[in-house]
Amino acid sequence: MEEALQNQKINILAPTNQLSANHSHSRRRRGEKAIEKILVLCAAIFILAIFLITLFIFAKGMPLIAKIGLGDFLFNTQWSPTKGMYGIGSMFIGSVLITLGALIWTVPLGLSTAILMAEIAPPRIGTILGNLINLLAGIPSVVYGFIGLIVIVPFIRENLGGNGMSLLAGAIILGIMILPTLINISRDSLLAVPREYKEGSLALGASHFQTISRVMVPAAKSGIITAVVLGMGRAIGETMAVVMVTGNAAIIPGSILEPVRTMTSNIVLEMGYASGDHQTALFATGMVLFVFIVILNLSINLFAKGGQGIGRN
Amino acid sequence: MKKNFGRIVLTGILVLALLVVTGCGKSNDAGEQGSDSGKLSGTITVAGSTSVQPFSEVLAEEFQAVNTGVTVNVQGGGSSQGVEAVISGAAQIGAASRDLKDEEKARANLVVTPIALDGVAVVVNPANKVSALTAEDIKNIYIGNIKNWQELGGEDAPITIISREEGSGTRDAFSEIVLNKEDIVKDAIIQNSTGAVKTGVAGDKNAIGYISMAKVDQAVKALRVDGVEANEANVKNGSYKVQRPFIYITNGEPQGLSKAFIEYVLSDEGQSIISEEGAFSIQ
Repeated sequence: MEEALQNQKINILAPTNQLSANHSHSRRRRGEKAIEKILVLCAAIFILAIFLITLFIFAKGMPLIAKIGLGDFLFNTQWSPTKGMYGIGSMFIGSVLITLGALIWTVPLGLSTAILMAEIAPPRIGTILGNLINLLAGIPSVVYGFIGLIVIVPFIRENLGGNGMSLLAGAIILGIMILPTLINISRDSLLAVPREYKEGSLALGASHFQTISRVMVPAAKSGIITAVVLGMGRAIGETMAVVMVTGNAAIIPGSILEPVRTMTSNIVLEMGYASGDHQTALFATGMVLFVFIVILNLSINLFAKGGQGIGRN
Repeated sequence: MKKNFGRIVLTGILVLALLVVTGCGKSNDAGEQGSDSGKLSGTITVAGSTSVQPFSEVLAEEFQAVNTGVTVNVQGGGSSQGVEAVISGAAQIGAASRDLKDEEKARANLVVTPIALDGVAVVVNPANKVSALTAEDIKNIYIGNIKNWQELGGEDAPITIISREEGSGTRDAFSEIVLNKEDIVKDAIIQNSTGAVKTGVAGDKNAIGYISMAKVDQAVKALRVDGVEANEANVKNGSYKVQRPFIYITNGEPQGLSKAFIEYVLSDEGQSIISEEGAFSIQ
């Protein structure tokens, strides 16, 4: 509508058709240039912000690591800031354990659900399920944590023993939280497998299940791996729900019923009153977390390059 | 496209209008409260104990609302740093959540003004048969020597120990008074707020925890410690042992703005703020 108005105006002002076309062309070009510049500016601000955040975390965290040594900080399991002991070994292991715990049960479950939605269920039901799962992804983590605290922790306490606040409770809650990521990305990558693969396989006499397990899943492999790595990233970064259900003892748990503390929990638990070296140690914990997640993201890129990037999100 | 743009502009205007309205409201408030201001002006710094800090912050806020020309900076750092700050002159008032040590008293003419008392209640689940413990028992639970309620006359069940995070003022007080600074067992559940400790104890019939006495309610049962009921009267008469004073320290008798601020804190208004925030007044 705007354009029509403009053309009318130009027609009245400039009698020659060619002139008017030229005129509007150069104007549009100028507008485009301006928008381009704004976009570049936005991107630059964004990149600068990321750069500054990185710089800040490292500047804040480095002094302590320089003081006690990276090896001691990472591998010592004694965390007692008021006594000057800063070892995040137990929390590093805690983060890894709880993430593995979440993945062990969600990967088979998530993948099966994705296969059901993409291959077996009628497309319409697949879409409805997909929307429902997206809804799950939108629930704030504190709500999951609260459900964990009210339902899962007492259940574990009464049926399995211990206090209930445990590695197990954390792994269950985290698993529920990463399921949407896992299912959606796996489903997308299964749907992105060319139709010919499936048709070819069926034409050669393979059954539906053989087609899924031998053709579809291998073809969607890189997308599925991406889904797992993204879920892993979310699990490692999750804080609120984990703090609420894991009991937060800075130990290496001897069983899945014992409490555990992750690196993210450590930061949120103690930042309230921390000062001096204690605060620096929390920033250093953030630094380790940051590097860990960057490594995870790089590995996603590697995997995605390995396949043809099917189902990359 | 055009319709959308219009909507964005409209939302923007509404947000701006809202900001302006709330902004005006605030400045009006401040003006009214400042109308009875005295002639005090200047800046003082209160530094020290992180347990006293939240109280100092609220008190400073109210004090500044009454005396508009005054700025009271409140900083943390811990009780020892509060003493250091007063001696070095970095702060006019030092805050501590313990009595002064002899070597601290020897270093300068420090004047101590108690401003509040803080009691720490040791709490268990209401279903727990145990309702009184000695301080020694509590210490043995927290350092890991006693692991089962049976040893204390309760049911045969393992004790779930719930503690606060490192750096918490309540933990400091508990550790200093009851544990004599010995280490809390490593596998104790750690929660980072009074509310979370209470939820933990209320949900697990084998749990034990400690919280600020002002926050005790029906959900948990406060234990008698060495036979003394955990209540305000027993904290004030000193018979309940798990307590500590909140003190302000000045180098020499408080003067000028420091004096005015301390007088405000000790006034009925200041003391009622302290009670509201969860400690006991010293009257």
